[in-house]
Amino acid sequence: MKEVKLLKGNEAIAEAAIRYGVDGYFGYPITPQSEIMETLMAQHPWDTTGMVVLQAESETASINMVYGGAGCGKKVMTSSSSPGMSLMQEGLSYIAGAELPCVVINVVRGGPGLGTIQPAQSDYFQSVKGGGHGDYKLIVLAPSSVQEMADFVPLAFELAFKYRNPALILSDGMIGQMMEKVTLPPYQPRWTEQEIEQLHPWATTGKKAHRSKNVITSLELLSDEQERHNQKLQAKYQQMQATEVRYETFSCEDADYLLIAYGSSARVCQKAVEIARENGLKVGLLRPITLFPFPTEAIHKLAQQVKGILTVEMSAGQMVEDVRLAVEGKTPVAHFGRFGGIIPSPGEVVDAIKQQFIKG
Amino acid sequence: MAKVRGAIVVDSAVCKGCALCVEACPAQVIQLSVELNAKGMNYAAMALPDACTGCANCAMVCPDSCITVYRVKI
Amino acid sequence: MTTNDIVKPENLVYAKTPVLSDAVMHYCPGCSHGVVHKLVAEVIEDLQIQEQTIGIAPVGCAVFAYNYLEIDWQEAAHGRAPALATAVKRLHPHKYVFTYQGDGDLAAIGTAETIHACNRGENIVIIFINNGIYGMTGGQMAPTTLEGMKASTCPSGRNHERDGFPLKMSDLLALLPGTCYVTRQSVHTPGNVRKAKKAITQAFNNQKAQKGTSVVEIVSSCNSGWKMSPVQANKWMEEHMFQQYPLGDLKNI
Repeated sequence: MKEVKLLKGNEAIAEAAIRYGVDGYFGYPITPQSEIMETLMAQHPWDTTGMVVLQAESETASINMVYGGAGCGKKVMTSSSSPGMSLMQEGLSYIAGAELPCVVINVVRGGPGLGTIQPAQSDYFQSVKGGGHGDYKLIVLAPSSVQEMADFVPLAFELAFKYRNPALILSDGMIGQMMEKVTLPPYQPRWTEQEIEQLHPWATTGKKAHRSKNVITSLELLSDEQERHNQKLQAKYQQMQATEVRYETFSCEDADYLLIAYGSSARVCQKAVEIARENGLKVGLLRPITLFPFPTEAIHKLAQQVKGILTVEMSAGQMVEDVRLAVEGKTPVAHFGRFGGIIPSPGEVVDAIKQQFIKG
Repeated sequence: MAKVRGAIVVDSAVCKGCALCVEACPAQVIQLSVELNAKGMNYAAMALPDACTGCANCAMVCPDSCITVYRVKI
Repeated sequence: MTTNDIVKPENLVYAKTPVLSDAVMHYCPGCSHGVVHKLVAEVIEDLQIQEQTIGIAPVGCAVFAYNYLEIDWQEAAHGRAPALATAVKRLHPHKYVFTYQGDGDLAAIGTAETIHACNRGENIVIIFINNGIYGMTGGQMAPTTLEGMKASTCPSGRNHERDGFPLKMSDLLALLPGTCYVTRQSVHTPGNVRKAKKAITQAFNNQKAQKGTSVVEIVSSCNSGWKMSPVQANKWMEEHMFQQYPLGDLKNI
């Protein structure tokens, strides 16, 4: 049965995971996302759905526990915030290399280093460009509401299993901590052992007499083979780019100026569009929902229509680079950002549009 | 007392000639061959087959599991 | 009676277990890894748990362990095998899960994962190969390298003032309440091979009985890294390694 609750973004993730039939969560506390594990522990799903919840000794351990669980064909996940995500990059590279499905949530805080516990979007590069060593990509989903925190858990798992690739929910401290009304999906059972063997014949479920052994590995010493493996991964990423792009547009039909923002910034920009239009400025908003694959084509198309594009990010300007690549010089592209945990105000965004494109 | 006789069969293509079996044999049955296998190794072989009791010590210490042991009571 | 009279199926007393694959091992001649692989395979055969066993391979010389045992495997990042094993066992509580790790993997880069898996008392078996050197990367100093022992990154011998002391990891693990069985064995003589096999069998039986973590350290030789013949290396191990790492049970409850 569906249920409506008032929840923090972090709590919504936990509730959605239990309801979706996730088999295991392995994590390490870090602000501002600790409520995810706290909620799971308080719900003790091991007594109801059989879900395993374990506090690991570090993010390094938790991502490698995720590797182990994913290798068994189970639905497993972890969550962290920026400094912890840095520790997880090694594991994510191995998981991508070994083609394992899993879900990781990053409730981003400001950096670099220990930085701040306030919201930021400064992990964009790390999230969409691979993050660890080697040529690989994560599927990256950017929720902008508590509802999407809940909705993206099943979506991330579906994409992760479809492509046998880690999926990242790139949230931030604002969405993780704020409370909103959420409609939670009905409970669904976890996969049985038989279902896993049938759905994921590659998983390490114990070598049966009728099949050869399953080996989960990212190692290949023969250059020809390793190149073939890389080509296979790249083909997968191209397939994602062709079929999995998700984005939303607001008031773009007649827009002279385009805002591009994801997550919390997109919420701010929606208000900025309203204010701008009240002031006679035809502004639209494109909100990428998938950051990889990036809505390159949609942005390229809108670039032909508008007089200028402003990206709004809680960073020094990271996504703006991908926007510029998409725009290919068709129209001016500028960036407006705040950092250190400061959330830009809609008024600031409107001022930035004026300053960048409507001088004098 | 029943007497036992043993014999070993070495997979000479797999053997790397490490000589740990030579050392482990209590009856000095095994020696490395003069000939080389395809790896270029002097493989283990029975030099004194009559002394073999089939105790399997050689097979037990063999890192490449290339020794099979047989034994009969006579 | 000729050899041909003896070599008959009815007289077979020892043959390679079918749990070992036919792949020729990549290890150097005389390497202890091959013997330990064989013992783990034999124990899996004896206990009839081939279909229920999942192995976690390390980074190091044994990275290709998955080529040699006919079971399902996961290959871990360097040092992370106990984290993988933790999840595999928690999600498959009725399966048998073991890690196979060298001294660099278990006692240097993976120290935290090892200690915490043992401290949680994960129901897993840890096979720990301690040969006091980094074999795969070409003979560098390991956390377990003996004082005075030469390696490519301590060419004049390990000096504790510069390099720290040899780490007695099993002694440390035996202190943790999560471990039920911590033993130090070797495989350099037929008698020691028999004892080591008994220890590995007990470790897997402990897992069945859900007693906690079992750690079987095998003090091993790395004749290539030590720059000796296999036979010399075993002698050197008896004379030097066993002083620092004496054989026997450190804990058995």
